[in-house]
Amino acid sequence: MGIEFRDVGKTYPDGTVAVTGFSCTVPSHRTLALVGTSGSGKTTLMRMVNRMVEPTTGSVLIDDRDVLGLDKVELRRSIGYVPQAGGLLPHRRVVDNVATVPVLTGTPKRAAREAARGLLELVGLDPALGSRYPAQLSGGQQQRVAVARALAADPNVLLMDEPFGAVDPIVRRGLQDQLLQLQAELGKTIVLVTHDIDEAFRLGDEVVVLKTGGIVAQTGTPQQIMADPADDFVRDFIGSDRAERSLRTVAVDGRSLVVDGDGRPVGVLEG
Amino acid sequence: MTLFGDALAWITDGAHWGGAGGIDHRILQHLLVTFAAVALAALLALPLGLLIGHTGRGRLVVVALAGAVRAVPTLGLLTLLGLALGIGIEAPLLALVALAFPSLLAGAYAGIEAADRGAVDAARALGMSEWQLLTRVEVPLGADVIVGGIRAATLQVVATATLAAYISDTGLGRYLFAGLKSRDYVQMLAGALLVAALALLLDLTMAALQRASRPTTRKVPA
Repeated sequence: MGIEFRDVGKTYPDGTVAVTGFSCTVPSHRTLALVGTSGSGKTTLMRMVNRMVEPTTGSVLIDDRDVLGLDKVELRRSIGYVPQAGGLLPHRRVVDNVATVPVLTGTPKRAAREAARGLLELVGLDPALGSRYPAQLSGGQQQRVAVARALAADPNVLLMDEPFGAVDPIVRRGLQDQLLQLQAELGKTIVLVTHDIDEAFRLGDEVVVLKTGGIVAQTGTPQQIMADPADDFVRDFIGSDRAERSLRTVAVDGRSLVVDGDGRPVGVLEG
Repeated sequence: MTLFGDALAWITDGAHWGGAGGIDHRILQHLLVTFAAVALAALLALPLGLLIGHTGRGRLVVVALAGAVRAVPTLGLLTLLGLALGIGIEAPLLALVALAFPSLLAGAYAGIEAADRGAVDAARALGMSEWQLLTRVEVPLGADVIVGGIRAATLQVVATATLAAYISDTGLGRYLFAGLKSRDYVQMLAGALLVAALALLLDLTMAALQRASRPTTRKVPA
């Protein structure tokens, strides 16, 4: 069950190799974070799940069914999608953006809009924003709308393409918290693409670090990767040598203070 | 200024209105020829332009072809077509269709290409069929550019439809050709003024239509 990448590869007609021999399983209700620099094929891999990209070798399975055997449009409607920078339809009001997929699948407009307002609340937005147009929202609000839109048809699978990359760090943090809270409630199977290792560690149950050409540098839980980076590439990528990653404790007034590599305090060790 | 004054007097002379050769009748003919030419050209150019814009295929070939058609002098084409088809409205209509085609085509594919690529990609990923993508996202987002193409084509055709009178007794061009032949410059200028006024009016109408077709992306403050 869940999503399975079975030895997938993608070579473009011009000979560019985006991904080679990638295998990975995402169990149901878990979050897989694909992380890597640009050109690492992470977005390509994610887009293979809803057939926005078709693999040239291997196959992608959702609940043991090869996606290539499914109707493209039906498949996409059954999968939630949060694109980079929102990708909202600028000519449609926020409620109608959220209601896009239910309306496509035949839900009456009135009912779909009603449900859309509920979804706006679910992602932490004032339902009154529903009558605005996307251009009248802030970047963070647009991103929340995109998440609400992805959830509208209650899909089991959610694909997120650098969903919080276009907003400032404080807003990003808020959006990540929101997603973690939603995920605790809804338990979707999520494939998340990011270039931000901290985001991957925060949101991913499992993290795949990719090198250029879609080569897997390391797969594991955030704990495993942090504790035992596979090679110099991973060590460099997760910033093992950075001051904020090399923490130690110092005793101050009988308490254990945690300090980073530069000796700046980051917290107090409990217990 | 007497010539100009005389021309205005010629236009306002009640004797030149009404009846088969009257100004009102010729204006109507002129408009009919214009609309017919633009409509016929649109029938082919718009679907083709939408297809090119949507698929991104065949763009180079068609753009080069349209450019070549644009370079063809309409009067020359009309003469050629007139020789082949004879006296009548067919030859000028066909020449005007060729004139309208490139603008319509360019407007159509430019309109589609102008649609926000992020929104189009997201809509496809959400599960819109290609047809839904075209009709619900790309055309609404590019509508004002597409209408802009129709506007440009209409303006070109309404001015050039004067040539219809070259080989058929149709439209306002008749005053120009008749005036030229009989050295009746007052009639010629009157005809030219009428065409100019008609073109201006039509363009203003099309400009309003273009504004109205711009997609709404902001709520009008209540």
